[in-house]
Amino acid sequence: MSSSRASTWNKLGDAAYAKSEKVSADLVALTYGSFVREIIKDFEEPDQVNKELEKLGYNIGIRLIEDFLAKSGISNCSSFEESAEIISRVAFKMFLGIRATVSNWNSEHNSCSIIFDENPLAEYVELPPEYTHSLFYSNLLCGVIRGALEMVQIIVECEFVKDQLRGDDTNEINIRFKEMLQEQVPWNDEE
Amino acid sequence: MELRRFTQPSATKPTHTTVSNSEIAKWNILDRPLTRSREELYLSTFSFLFAEAVQYLQTRVQQVSELEEKLNQLGYRVGQRALELLCFREKLNRREIRLVSILGFIRVQLWKFLFKKSADYLKKVTDREDEYYIEEEEPLVNRYISVPKDFGQLNCAAFMAGIIRGALDSAGFTASVSAHYIHREEKSRLAFTVTIFMIRLDESVMNRERKLAG
Repeated sequence: MSSSRASTWNKLGDAAYAKSEKVSADLVALTYGSFVREIIKDFEEPDQVNKELEKLGYNIGIRLIEDFLAKSGISNCSSFEESAEIISRVAFKMFLGIRATVSNWNSEHNSCSIIFDENPLAEYVELPPEYTHSLFYSNLLCGVIRGALEMVQIIVECEFVKDQLRGDDTNEINIRFKEMLQEQVPWNDEE
Repeated sequence: MELRRFTQPSATKPTHTTVSNSEIAKWNILDRPLTRSREELYLSTFSFLFAEAVQYLQTRVQQVSELEEKLNQLGYRVGQRALELLCFREKLNRREIRLVSILGFIRVQLWKFLFKKSADYLKKVTDREDEYYIEEEEPLVNRYISVPKDFGQLNCAAFMAGIIRGALDSAGFTASVSAHYIHREEKSRLAFTVTIFMIRLDESVMNRERKLAG
């Protein structure tokens, strides 16, 4: 990936973040915490909670992509590799105010990691011991990425591999590329 | 020459080492700085999250009143924590013990902390000693919410009512708080709808208030 494209994306991310209407980051963090708490109350089993968070994130992702494409200045994500960079440089910045980095590409170039040191969702959070090794508190993000990419015809699987709430040194989401969907919709309805 | 007392020779200046985020992450949560705040996020981040929370809760209830109750609970936990966080963040050492002061505090400081503006009005219900309401024309949480007709009078600002209840309760003012739509008409403009947060204080709070008033 050329560095000029990377810096263009960085700029787009910064601009999208800078010009957007804002809300208190504390409100987001506290609301997310309260929401996770509600889901834990309903599902109890951490594995189930992780699944539910991913599902809810997916619902968000399929709607969020529209807002992202409309406001970010990104016109298309043509390849998986490019999409991963755009997520970390533009989307993370726009929606979470942080910039992530993409690394850990495998040799087939169909799996990589998005790494971020700060997580605005997990601010003020400490997991009770019984959840430290089972709950992925921010698993919603995995679903958001999966849902958003699906809307641009890219099918992926996402999972957390590192989480600072578990005592890891950073946060890492692994994305595995599955397939590229064929465009189904005709370009022009009138023809 | 006197000035020298206030300037240290550069050799003895403390050297600052930057602490990386990954190091901070390893600290106990209580050791982490509370003021390290990323002040703001994109409004849509909140709106998407809140809309999904409403959807989620809606699948788990039978009636509109239950949904409002759940939203109120969701907000309650936010309100409890927001009050504490705000007091630490702003270094507020004064504790409000009088009813009107705490209500004013919620209308102005807490509202600004969470919603970046004060609430429009705080009013007392005529003829009722224990009822007040906070009025807001456009509650932030309702910005991107449209309620289907078959949901009747559902007001998703029940979440904000919960925040008020949580903050009041944490401050020692037990109350019930609910959100309602009210239609208003004014000469200068077309009829419009506002949300009021009806606050009904517990009897114990009112008894204490009477004592404090002497």
